[in-house]
Amino acid sequence: MIKELLMILIASSLVNNVVLSQFLGLCPFLGVSKKTETATGMGVAVIFVITLASAVAGAIYQFILLPFDIAYLQTIVFILVIAALVQFVEMFLKKFIPGLYQSLGVYLPLITTNCAVLGVALTNVQKNYGILTGVVNGFATAAGFTISIIILAGIREKMTYNDIPESFQGMPIVLVTAGLMAIAFCGFSGLL
Amino acid sequence: MNSAKERLVNGIVKENPTFVLMLGMCPTLAVTTSAVNGLGMGLTTMVVLALSNVFISLLRNIIPDKVRIPAFIVIIASFVTMVELLLQGFIPFLYDALGIYIPLIVVNCIILGRAEAYAYKNPVIPSLFDGIGMGLGFSVALTCIGAVRELLGAGEIFGMHVMPESFVPVSIFIMAPGAFFVLALLTAVQNKVKIAGERKGKDMSKIQSGCGSDCMNCSDTGCAKRLIDESKEKAGEGEKKND
Repeated sequence: MIKELLMILIASSLVNNVVLSQFLGLCPFLGVSKKTETATGMGVAVIFVITLASAVAGAIYQFILLPFDIAYLQTIVFILVIAALVQFVEMFLKKFIPGLYQSLGVYLPLITTNCAVLGVALTNVQKNYGILTGVVNGFATAAGFTISIIILAGIREKMTYNDIPESFQGMPIVLVTAGLMAIAFCGFSGLL
Repeated sequence: MNSAKERLVNGIVKENPTFVLMLGMCPTLAVTTSAVNGLGMGLTTMVVLALSNVFISLLRNIIPDKVRIPAFIVIIASFVTMVELLLQGFIPFLYDALGIYIPLIVVNCIILGRAEAYAYKNPVIPSLFDGIGMGLGFSVALTCIGAVRELLGAGEIFGMHVMPESFVPVSIFIMAPGAFFVLALLTAVQNKVKIAGERKGKDMSKIQSGCGSDCMNCSDTGCAKRLIDESKEKAGEGEKKND
């Protein structure tokens, strides 16, 4: 059991990296990676939300959708639950843990319907993961996102001093960087 | 039917969602490993976009302004589920090839963006053609990107071998990194056109790399608010409104 969970942890965070090989959550990956500081904040917020969302979505699937035989409604239910959940988390943090809200609050609205969140919930169902396995998969996926966004932000900080051809300034050079990172991450496929 | 033609041209050329507006990048990168997959994804998105545009346009006087985004999402998600089940039943090979990216059409900013920017404010017929035009523009773009990647990565187009025997496929182009490189070149070309246009004094504000301002239309959903600096201000405003 533990071995299986460990395999999922490595597979979802490094081998099948959510951004670099699945292309989910590209928008925050490209948009919020200018500074390592903000990238870290975004990463932590994503870990928080995805882990929570996969637990809630898994529970809803197991205890509501399956018993009533309405599993085909999963897309609609998941997207609404995730949107509501993020709103709720935001309100909860604002009211009860203002310190954490100060550091994560800005990023929460950004991930409301980030495709990575919905993607993880759907993958968990597709692969028949239970709630615990689903949560581990969610955490690992989000950790993979955090690793890659922090690396990208680090590279972009260095890159600001470089002389980049006019046409490649801005988004193109970031995409080239992401492509090179994707090649590097291909190397992890030997791990499993 | 002048307006219909205008909407179609607008969607395919003037405001092409991929080449001009750079919306919906996740599916664009993920499913364009071959021209057929790109075309399949594009047409699937087009069907959902046209149907949701019609439906939202019909309901535009009934949906209250405050809950319009959740209402849009429910409508879009319903159509996506229907299309997903139809694909599973009738075109299983496409269903297998596109996999998880079919349900993820729900969070494609093009659809929510058009609902918010066009269908919610316009009558049914123009909204229908707006959806078809945008969907066709998206299909054309995905098919082109898919064809380029397939040609370089496997030496084929639509599964037909077209390159000479001596051509060694650069298989990285059908793998994940290739998607980033193709998109990087595409945005570079776009930048070039934009810079050249601005030097001649044309208004190039519509062309944007990444879902910049147009994605603000998706408000709190989709890949809204790309840049954290802008979003901080927006979040501040949002809080004031909530209070």
